[in-house]
This record gives sequence, structure tokens and C-alpha cells, in this order.
Amino acid sequence: MSSVSTSSVPAPASGRRPAWAEGLDELRAAATTEPGRLRVIGAVLALLVVLFGAVTAWQISDRAAAADDVVERSQPLTADAASIYRSLADADTTAAGGFLAGGEESRATRERYGADIATAAELLTKASQSTRGSDGAGAQIARLSRQLPRYTGLVETARANNRQGLPLGGAYLRYANEQMRTELLPAARALYDAETDRLAADYDEAKARPWFALAAGVLAIGALGWAQRRHYRRTNRVFNRGLLAATAASVAVLLWLVAGHTVARTGLTASYEHGARSLRVLNEARIDALQARGDENLTLVARGAVLTEGQQDFYEAGFRSGMKDLAGPGDHGAAAAKSRLGAALALADDEAGRGPVRDALTHVRQWQARHAEARTADDKGDYDRALAKVIGADGSTGESFDRVAAGLQKALVHEQAEFRSAADDGRGALGGLPVGAGVLAALAAVGAVLGIGRRLAEYR
Amino acid sequence: MGPGDGDMRVRARGLMNLRAVLAPIAAGMCVMAAAAAVLVPTLGSDAEDDGPGRGGPSSPAATHRAYGPGAAPASPALATCTEQNAAESLRPSPDDGAAVERIKEKGQLVVGVDQNTYRWGYRDPATGKLEGFDIDLARAIAEDILGPDAKVVFKAVPTNQRMPALRKRSVDMVVRTMTINCARKEQVAFSTSYFQAGQQVLAPKTSKIKAFDDSLRGKRVCTAAGSTGESELAAQRHGAQVLTVPNQLDCLVRLQLGEADAVVTDNALAAAQAAQDPAVELKGKPFTDESYGVAMNKDDTDLVRRVNKVLDDYRGDGGADSPWMRAYRKWLRADMPGISGPPSPEYSD
Repeated sequence: MSSVSTSSVPAPASGRRPAWAEGLDELRAAATTEPGRLRVIGAVLALLVVLFGAVTAWQISDRAAAADDVVERSQPLTADAASIYRSLADADTTAAGGFLAGGEESRATRERYGADIATAAELLTKASQSTRGSDGAGAQIARLSRQLPRYTGLVETARANNRQGLPLGGAYLRYANEQMRTELLPAARALYDAETDRLAADYDEAKARPWFALAAGVLAIGALGWAQRRHYRRTNRVFNRGLLAATAASVAVLLWLVAGHTVARTGLTASYEHGARSLRVLNEARIDALQARGDENLTLVARGAVLTEGQQDFYEAGFRSGMKDLAGPGDHGAAAAKSRLGAALALADDEAGRGPVRDALTHVRQWQARHAEARTADDKGDYDRALAKVIGADGSTGESFDRVAAGLQKALVHEQAEFRSAADDGRGALGGLPVGAGVLAALAAVGAVLGIGRRLAEYR
Repeated sequence: MGPGDGDMRVRARGLMNLRAVLAPIAAGMCVMAAAAAVLVPTLGSDAEDDGPGRGGPSSPAATHRAYGPGAAPASPALATCTEQNAAESLRPSPDDGAAVERIKEKGQLVVGVDQNTYRWGYRDPATGKLEGFDIDLARAIAEDILGPDAKVVFKAVPTNQRMPALRKRSVDMVVRTMTINCARKEQVAFSTSYFQAGQQVLAPKTSKIKAFDDSLRGKRVCTAAGSTGESELAAQRHGAQVLTVPNQLDCLVRLQLGEADAVVTDNALAAAQAAQDPAVELKGKPFTDESYGVAMNKDDTDLVRRVNKVLDDYRGDGGADSPWMRAYRKWLRADMPGISGPPSPEYSD
């Protein structure tokens, strides 16, 4: 400092020098005296504290916005994508079931199919409005919007032919199912994955540690501490009320920041672990169940017309693989840990979540047993009995399937509520923090300035 | 239906004439061949593939004795199956052998059928009942063996499961628009021919496609995977693009959706397709000869003879009142007009 002061005599002809250089010179000149130094220290302290408040407000607003996105936007979009996926699979399953009933297709079946298609179409429109143009979701929405009318056309042609008693109807229905299986469902799945990715990105953004704010807080508090120590050394006075108040306010902001964000992280993590992950597994389980049901219906529609490479009935093989995904390779007892229901049970964190999944599993086992009876009847040539066992009212596989779907639906509703409450707790912890940090930082800055001002007054 | 069917009959008869000329030679050969096959069962290339049903009381020698005088033991000769004699079967007999006894003991006849071929074997969605030409024939066979109100169990058998089902004896017989040929005769036994068919082209009435010829150039032609149509197209594509689908009826779907321009399948199946869509028709003439037969396990020689006896009765005198003609009028005439009678049976012994 002293070396600077010797050379800092203002140059008489300095009109060409930039303003900042002149300012620097003035600062250097000021720093040669204690009042000047105190002014600089006061300015720096106020700046650091305001910076801390500003960075905290900025970073926490970002995280709060991401947390809001998780709850208000990406999770609902993920749920909508799951609904599109489910509606499409349900429409296909319902179409095959109604087809099996022949000319006596029930009003309920027709309405369910119509409602599924309407739901899918509405949600597609909604999704296309809220999607950002460039992401993967847009392409899948376009693909789905293109294929859906084609699919419904095939199903209607299948119905018309079936009502006339023509086997051609069955061929159309199989073609519609092939379109569903190779075009629509993969696109719906890709849309669901894209929305899930976006949800995960929002989660990551909301949970990212506010390092800049923490660093600014540590710096501001450190600087306040240093200033007070300097003050004590020079004046032997222990307390400067202004600086003390500034320190207290800064520490309060830092603690609030750490505690608030930690609570938010915990809440969001819980909403992910107990909500979003469970919802994902349950949604997948529901799709598996729907596809297995569709395959079961189509086994009776196709009547052996399509085989796998291993010479097995294509749809029966599809049913088995769906059941394997759903509950594991066996046909009785507990679900395999890696199966969807096994995973859903492991993820459910309370009895209210596990109960409906266990119910679903019980009915999956019942479904498998009834399915075996239907297959036996069909293999014996007793088509009518097989048909009654599959689409009949009581004791049919259809009844078991409905119960499986109901169990999964109940579990989904529960997990959705779990998700919502944990996520709300999480984002609630961030509420008020940006404003609070701003106000406290302003108070701290005022405190710092007043505290320094009080010292400065002693030199007048 | 096109004019092809009358021609088909003529062609079939022409084949018969040729066979008549060669009859003495052929008969001798066949007797020797049959005897050889009976006496040296291991000669059959599929002997080791056969299930546990082989041998036992149904041993061929026992059955053979009933025909002793007609089929004198001959020196082992090669049982050569050719395209010309493939449709030959064993002479009819009403006697009960091991296989017929087995069916009577079970009290039911298990028949492998199709459930998807209109007019031949299909399940009417309105009634849920199986109907068609093949179904009526299967019922006639069951009634002959088990008496009136016989219990028939119809099992849906996919095209490429027909022979495995017979060899595993999960069905007693297959009545399912099944073409008799030498490759299949190595694994299963056939009755005499009950219908004369052939591969043919099906296309929209307004299409410029005329037949299985160069009018197919640049067109997309649909055929079922693993079918005769597929192998014919592999041998001669006529410049067409080939689209294969799992089932022949899928071809009509593709045709209606404009994803294919023509279908190649046998005319009986093509007629079943035309019956479901008035805008398409069979084009040209059948370009192959295919005889449909009832397929059975190779060991069930008594059942083969019994079925041939039923077919004899079914054909009757070939007149308008014969059961065959009645079934033809009921199921097939609308889409395959011009057939004047059943194909004549040919025997190998």
C-alpha cells in the first residue's frame, strides 16, 4: 500500500486516461489513510453481502422453478404420456375382446374402446401443445398422430367384416394389432421415455447443490469476520453492532439456504424414490397386463394363423412373455424380484402401497390358472368353453384381468399422492427463501455500512 | 370365378389318361413299392422321427394280411414317389384295424382343421360354429367310424403344424386344404384326392394383371410365408416384388389396403378370398396341380383305407346327388363354378 502511495501523485495532464483508471487512482489515494481504508472495506463488505443475497435468490429461484416443473409440468406430462400408452394398449385389448364376442359386441366394450381412442387423441393434442419443438417427444407425438387414424380405420374394417361373418375381419384385426404393436406402442413408449427423461432432468436441476450461493455466503461471512477482527485489533472494542448484525443476517441466510435446500432435496428424493419410480414401474406393469390380455384375446381371434419362429402360437407366446415380465417366470407364489410387480412391491414404502400390488399379484396368479384352463379347453377343441373362460362374466380370465388392472390403478393413485405430497414438501422448503435471502442480505449490507460508518465518524 | 376351373378338370382327366396307359407298369411298381414300404419300414426316411405310437398292434404286417392276395410279397424295391403318382393311396376297406379301434375306444374323432379359411374351414363369428367343405367331410368320416351323432373334436392346426400334429398323434387326421406331395408323404399318409386345386393369381377385377405371367412385372405380389406360392415365386418371379405375410388371408388385407397388387395362393384359398371381396377375382388358370387329401399318421394304414372308403361313398357316382356334389354346391360353387364332379381316386395297390 505504501509503495503505491508514493507513486500515486495525480498526473497533471491526465485528461486522456480512462475513467476507471482515475477511479483506481482515487481509491489508491484513499487507501493511504485509515478513513479511506474503512470506506473501501465498507464498500467491499456491502458488495459481498449483497452478492451473497443475489446469488442465493438466483440459484434458489432456479431450483424452485425446476421443482415446480417437476410437480406442475414434467410429472403431469409423464403421467399423460403413460395415459396415452395405456389408452392405446387398452383400446387394442378392448377391440380384440369385442371382436371375440362377435356380432354381440357389448355396448360397454364399444364405449370403452371409443373412450380409449378419445383419451389418446385428446392427450396427444395436449402433449403437442406443451412439448418444446426440438425435443424427442415432438417426433413421437407426430408419429402417434399419424398412425392413430390408420389404426382405428383397420379396427373398423375388421368389425365390419366380422359382422358379416367373414374371417377377413380376423385378418384385419391382426393387422391392426400388428400396427399397434410395431408402430403405435413403441412410439407411445418413446414419448413416455422422453417425458421421463425430462422429469429426471428437472429433478436433477432442482436437486443440484447451490454451490455459488454457498461460496458467496462463506466469502461474505469470512470477510465480515475479518473486518471485525481488524476492528478489534485497532480499537480494542469487541463489538461493532452494525457488523455484528450484518454477520448474523448473513449466517441466517446461509443456514436457511443449507437447511432449506437440504429439506427440498430430501423431499424431492423421496418423491422420486417413492413416487416417480413406483409410478413408472406400476405404469409398465399395467402395460404388460394390457398386452398380455390383448394377446390372450388374439390367441382366440387368430386361431393359430400366426406362429413364432419356434413354431409356437405367436399370441400365446406373447401372453407368456407378458406374464413373465409382470410376475416372473413361474405361475404361482411370490413375484420374482426383477419382475414389474416384484419391483413395485420393493419400491412401495408403506402398507397402503404394497396392499394393492399384492392384490394385483394374487389376481395375476388366478388369471394364469384360468388361462391354463382356457388353453386346455381350446386345445381339446372346445372353443366355446375356451371363449367363455376368456371373455365370460364369472370366473373368466377377463374378470381376473380387470381385478389386476384395478389393483394396479389403486396402487398408481396411492403412489401419485405419495409423489405429490413429498414433492410439495420439498418445494415448500424453498418457498420464501429467495425473497428472505434478498431482504436479509439487504439488511446485512445496511448493517455493514452502518457499522463501518460508526467507525468512520470517529475520524471527523 | 374365372374359366380356369373347367380347364383344371380337363387337365386332371388328361393326366388320368396318361396314367391309364402306364397303368400296368405303374401298378406293378406300386405293388412292389407298397410291399417294400410295408416289409422294410425302416426304409422311410422319417422312421427315427416317429413318436411312440409306432409299432404295437398296428404293425403294418397285420394290416397287410387282409390284402394278402392282392399284394403279393415282392422283392424289395425303391418306393419312388413322383409328381405323377403322389396322389395314389391305399385301396378302400371298411374293416376296423388298430387305428380305427383306437378311435372307437376313445369315442371321438380328433380332426385338425383350419378356422380361418372361408368356405373350407372357418368359425362363423355369428354362430361360433365351425363350417365349410373340410368340416363337412370330417363329419362324414366321423359318422362312418363312430355312427350317427359322432363326437368330433375339431382342433385348429396352423399350416406348418399339420404334420407334427399327426406324428405326435395329437390329432387322428388333418382335413385342412392339405396338398398331397412326395415330400409330405415321407412323413404322413394321405387319403385319395378329394379336391383338385392349383396355384393361381388373384387380383382386383379392374387390374391389368392377367395371370401368372409377365403382366406381374413391377407389381407387388403377396403370398403366405412357407406356402407353395412362395416357392413358385422364388422359382419364377415374373419381375414382381414379393411380399410375404404369415397367413394367406393377410394377403387380401394387403390387397384391399393397396399394399399389394396381386395374391398368389392356391385357387381354393383364392376363391375363399374372392368370396369375401366382390371387387377381386381369380386371374388366368391354375399354374400347378395340387390334390387335396386327408392326412393321417403313416402307421394308421387301416384308417387310410377306411377314409378312402368314406371318400368313395362321399363321391358316390359323382352325380348331382352325391354327398360330394352337395357339399360342393353348398360351399364352393358360388366362388368356384364349373366343377362337374369330384376327382377320381387313384390307388397304389
